[in-house]
Amino acid sequence: MTHELNIITNNPESETCQGNCCCSNPQEKECGSHESNSRREFLQTASTVILGSMSLTLLPMPVTNSTAGNADDAGDQEPGTATSEEKTSNNDGQVWFGFLVDIEKCIGAGKCLTACRIENNVPAGYARTWVERYVHLKDGSVRVDKVPEQGYAGSNLPDVDAELVERAYFVPKLCNHCSDAPCNQVCPVHASITSPEGVELVDPERCIGCAYCVQACPYGVRFINPETNNADKCTWCYHRIMRKEQPACVESCPVGARVFGRLDDPNSELNLRLAEVPTHVLKDQLGTNPKLRYVGLSGEVK
Amino acid sequence: MGAAEFVFPNDHHVAWSIMIVLYPYITGLVAGAFIVSALYHVFEREVLQPVAKLALVTALCFCAFATLPLLLHLHHPERAFNIMFTPNATSAMAGFGFIYSFYMLLLLMEVWLVFRPELVDRGNSLPGLPGAFYRCLTLGVTKVTRGSAMIDSWLIRALAILGIPAACVLHGYVGFLFGAVKANPWWSTALMPVIFLASAVASGIAALLVLYLWFCWRRKITADADCVRELSRYLWIALIVAVSLEGLELLHMAYESGPEWHVLQTLLTTKLSVSYGLFQVLIGSVCPFVLLCIATRPQVPVALMKKLSVISGLLVLIQVFSMRWNVVIGGQLFSKSFRGFVEYQLPWEGREGLFAAGCVLVLPLLALELLSRILPLWNETERLDQAGE
Repeated sequence: MTHELNIITNNPESETCQGNCCCSNPQEKECGSHESNSRREFLQTASTVILGSMSLTLLPMPVTNSTAGNADDAGDQEPGTATSEEKTSNNDGQVWFGFLVDIEKCIGAGKCLTACRIENNVPAGYARTWVERYVHLKDGSVRVDKVPEQGYAGSNLPDVDAELVERAYFVPKLCNHCSDAPCNQVCPVHASITSPEGVELVDPERCIGCAYCVQACPYGVRFINPETNNADKCTWCYHRIMRKEQPACVESCPVGARVFGRLDDPNSELNLRLAEVPTHVLKDQLGTNPKLRYVGLSGEVK
Repeated sequence: MGAAEFVFPNDHHVAWSIMIVLYPYITGLVAGAFIVSALYHVFEREVLQPVAKLALVTALCFCAFATLPLLLHLHHPERAFNIMFTPNATSAMAGFGFIYSFYMLLLLMEVWLVFRPELVDRGNSLPGLPGAFYRCLTLGVTKVTRGSAMIDSWLIRALAILGIPAACVLHGYVGFLFGAVKANPWWSTALMPVIFLASAVASGIAALLVLYLWFCWRRKITADADCVRELSRYLWIALIVAVSLEGLELLHMAYESGPEWHVLQTLLTTKLSVSYGLFQVLIGSVCPFVLLCIATRPQVPVALMKKLSVISGLLVLIQVFSMRWNVVIGGQLFSKSFRGFVEYQLPWEGREGLFAAGCVLVLPLLALELLSRILPLWNETERLDQAGE
């Protein structure tokens, strides 16, 4: 409701006379002629305002910096911090973020996992991002394991006889920030929202913890945070990217397998990479249109 | 080396537990019981007269507690009303508050109208506190005239007519919540709302059959044989429709053999082998089908018919509960990686534990017991007839 109230009360026209009456100064907040309005006119105005307010509750909520992001992300924004458009917008003000994962570069170091957990206080047993190891064997089967936070090297992941292996690779996973996000569609209270920059966020003040978004996400990236009791997920480190910093996982990757940037800037590293190589998305058949794209994605990866 | 199991890290946590099993189960009982009352009020099936009032009050009692499992499930129950204050028009779940409120209001109005003559009568005749209590229930309308009775009758019929699509929407909508989740191949089917609706009708009739015979046993009166036989017939038909739809859905999945079928097949034969194969199919579907087939034959003695009917009713209630369990819990027992399975242990304690679930199921029955003492569910002449015999 805060959003609707802001919309109404911030509109100067809602408080001032519009010149439809007989008063000489249309900027006056009150004029004598209003007192003579008939009951019918009053009811018409009142019903318009009430119906308008009610209809606003059915519209997707615009996200504001004060409520955007998960609890930790939003809370970190200092008062007086410049808005997204002031800090990162280009000339036409249309900031639009994207993410690229280069499977061919990932070495399963696990640095991104630790960085994400520390940066976002991710509780144990849950993950905003993780890395999978795929091993294609010569007999046609595929073995998939989760890379631990300490990384592939030195981990207790089962060894596979090199003679039997056809190919192997690592696949980092995180929120796909879909353009047609099922989580946003199903959230009953507008707690799952898209920021103006295209980042999928959870409003910690609105979430009722019904977990419908958890069920609707095809990629398994959402969870109910046992500490906040809110839906939780990767936000591409919204609090960092709004300060023109890179997401923690991108910054910590030793081989540049994760690339974050602006899709609206033709000269961004992200766009240059996207122009270089063919990329694919996960579970394309579901039509969620992710903004997370992969280089070297195998059909076996779900 | 065979392919090892792999589960997405967050999929280890089953997000929807026993409370989300109970929610469609309870709303199903509401819808089914209401439809039985509508058969009497709208379609004038006079044979159902002995259970008409019971059906309506049963629907009301279960409806009154339908939100309880949801509140127990929500991680922020204090924000529950956000679903009505800031509803998301694109969310299937956002409609719940409005659909539920509308249906609850409709039920309250119909129950009040149906019992108004008795409430007025008791309000006027009983002395002291009981009389004052009944006068409160009349909401100040303390006269029943021939004209007002005609208007009441017309309103009851109108509300019952309105209630049939409302009951279908209430429960079809619950099925839609699951059917519209494209991320989950076990849920994502257009048949889901219809399947939920059909099983809701079956569970409502079954509950009514069991409750009617139980109340008769407790009041030491003979249950109306024609009414029981008619309910058994309806139950048999509803069961056949529900199970056929469930079977068709599974057959369709198996025949199509989509990319995820191998996971669903393993799910059915391992994780759900008991709850699906044994409880939902064998105990819950095959057994009552055979028993009801016998019970509905005219040459079967009345006493045996009643016994078979009540056993069948209980088995159908188990069937529908198993179906809800297999859909809700079963749909979360495989990872969205489609490469591994998840364990779910139902805890004894806690908001989403077995004890809480038992309380959620018992509370509507306690409410029904209370209302059966306040509202005249039965024809007193019926009892006198029995005593005379």
